[in-house]
Amino acid sequence: MPINYYIFLSIALFCVGMAGVLTRRNAIIIFMCIELMLNSVNLLLVAFSKMHYAALKTTNPNAGIDAQIFVFFIMVVAAAEVSVGLAIIAMMYRNTHSVDVNFLNRLKH
Amino acid sequence: MTKIVYLVPLFPLIGFLLNGLLRKNLSKSLAGIIGSGVILASFVVSLVIFLDVRKDGFEPVIVNLFDFIHAGGLSISFAFQVDQLSVLFMLIITGVGFLIHVYSTSYMHDESSLHFARYFSFLNLFVFSMLLLVMGANYVIMFIGWEGVGLCSYLLIGYWFKNIDYGNAAKKAFIMNRIGDLGFLIAMFWMIRQFGSVNFSDVFSKAPDTSTAVLTGITLLLFLGATGKSAQIPLYTWLPDAMAGPTPVSALIHAATMVTAGIYMIARSNIMYTLSPVTQTVVAVIGLATAILAATIAIKQNDIKKVLAYSTVSQLGYMFLGLGVGAYTGAVFHVMTHAFFKALLFLGAGSVIHAIHGEQDIRKMGGLKKYLPITHITFLLACLAIAGIPPFSGFFSKDEILAAAYEKNPVYYIVGIAGAMMTAFYMFRLYATTFLGNFRGSSEQKHSVHESPAAITIPLIILAILAVVGGLVGIPHVMRPESHLLGEYLSPVFAASAKIQGTQEVHASTEWMLMIVSAALALIVVIFAWSRFSKKPELEDPQGFGKVLANKWYVDELYDAIIVRPLNAFAKFLNNVLEKSIIDWIVNGVGRLVQYGSRQIRLLQSGQVGGYVLLMVIGVVILFVIQLFLKKM
Repeated sequence: MPINYYIFLSIALFCVGMAGVLTRRNAIIIFMCIELMLNSVNLLLVAFSKMHYAALKTTNPNAGIDAQIFVFFIMVVAAAEVSVGLAIIAMMYRNTHSVDVNFLNRLKH
Repeated sequence: MTKIVYLVPLFPLIGFLLNGLLRKNLSKSLAGIIGSGVILASFVVSLVIFLDVRKDGFEPVIVNLFDFIHAGGLSISFAFQVDQLSVLFMLIITGVGFLIHVYSTSYMHDESSLHFARYFSFLNLFVFSMLLLVMGANYVIMFIGWEGVGLCSYLLIGYWFKNIDYGNAAKKAFIMNRIGDLGFLIAMFWMIRQFGSVNFSDVFSKAPDTSTAVLTGITLLLFLGATGKSAQIPLYTWLPDAMAGPTPVSALIHAATMVTAGIYMIARSNIMYTLSPVTQTVVAVIGLATAILAATIAIKQNDIKKVLAYSTVSQLGYMFLGLGVGAYTGAVFHVMTHAFFKALLFLGAGSVIHAIHGEQDIRKMGGLKKYLPITHITFLLACLAIAGIPPFSGFFSKDEILAAAYEKNPVYYIVGIAGAMMTAFYMFRLYATTFLGNFRGSSEQKHSVHESPAAITIPLIILAILAVVGGLVGIPHVMRPESHLLGEYLSPVFAASAKIQGTQEVHASTEWMLMIVSAALALIVVIFAWSRFSKKPELEDPQGFGKVLANKWYVDELYDAIIVRPLNAFAKFLNNVLEKSIIDWIVNGVGRLVQYGSRQIRLLQSGQVGGYVLLMVIGVVILFVIQLFLKKM
């Protein structure tokens, strides 16, 4: 499959995530959208890694390894982030009985 | 011995620092001792150097202290020049200055010790500046002293700074001097451009190869500086107002320092003046006009110090006449004799004012002869000297100038004689009104009139001796050949000019005639004034033409009308129109713009997380656009 397909899919996923972050007010949905953006980047990294591996495997057996390691890192970090983020959202719900981010605009005052 | 010349200005500087910094702790007697002692020390050092310099075949020595300014090809060092002219001036400044300091210890005794020490520190700084002025080996060092005496005159004229009029007189002196200083400064820049140096030796050696037009420009600008410092038309009006300061300060300004600066500067630059005849004519005419104008004003003044002030302006006019006709020795000679008798006159006037408790109006004096015997005698001798009665000192110096003026142009001589007659007239009007006749002050004053203490009378006596015999160092050749000691002493300084001018001696019989005519006329006027004013002093306010003279030809009013008021109106215009409506508008506008802008930008801080994210995304998109599209171009 040509690399372009992966790139377009990745852009589409990223834009969906971005649109979700910008338009939704529910904290959990915003959170999921952020995950979506992260995963679109992961997808792109893996796609490029595969492409370079296919092109360079005769000269360099380790070609494309770095990107795949990066992807694992991102997944680990995202998992940690999810646990922290969900804890924050739980606390937020406990205090305000809502997960609406616009409700929390006290930073303004 | 000339290596120790740096001590001469160092002592007054030390005195200034001690008195100035410790003025809260010094007692009056200690401040007086420090103030006078340092000047005496300078005088002694000057005398030692003088004994060295007066030997035959002495070559000018330049004592280099340190590099002062070094920029590009221009190098100005902080150097002193020791030659006949500078040493003579050092002696006059420190000698007469010392006597004035001693006098001041008594005259200023009523001041609180804080102000007493302040007074002495200023006085020392004044002497220091004047010494720098005459000792500098280039125009820049001279200019430092030149500005220094201007500053000190401001400080001392405004010594009683709580009186607004005195403060204004001080400001007037300072500003008038600044106008002249501008001319001096421009002349210096021109010299740097023309000669690449401001050292006397370089400038004077290159001057003969320079075009007359350039020299005329430089010398005229220098002369503008001299008119400010030495009170000549058109910048003379500050000097009579300088009477606001304490009387010894007037004596110091008028006799030993400050006003002689212009004479010294021109005498020092004599070669450049000799090479530009146009400037010489200007100097002579301005000097003569000032001499006459000031003399006519002095005739109708009633303030004892004002009369003396205008007589100073008038005598300075004679010195400039001398410089203008090439009689440099005569001008310097007159500086010297004038220093003696004018210091004496001022100190005598101070003694009179002191005796009758601050009264300065001669109409309220009279008959002081029997109360103030020493002051009276010394004052009379000084009057005879300034009036040009032989054999007192003023006769010789004034006669030398007038003889040289006759040689150049008989018209100068005739006008000069008229001025000399007026001098004799107003001096003896002053003398007779003050010391002869009956006492016209209040009875309280009459009871407490007393002769001044020794610290005042001793300087008077010393100066009186000098005023009487001071002229004997310059006896004209026709009286006794080879006895013009001052002329021989100064001849190396003016040698180059003398060579250019050539020596066209006036016929001996003509010179005798001139001398006899001037002495006889002066004597007649003296007798006339004496007999007229001793019996019936002039007490009424003058009428008609006399009123014009009493009001100083309305020159102050004229300056006020053509310079001060238009300037004030212009300043008011700038203040009200330009500043309020344009500059204020711009400044306030900047403030308003910032306030308005921030009020608008504040709306961006909504507190909505979505809004912030949107801004971030917009920012990222803009960065992408720049990275991908704009950067390639």
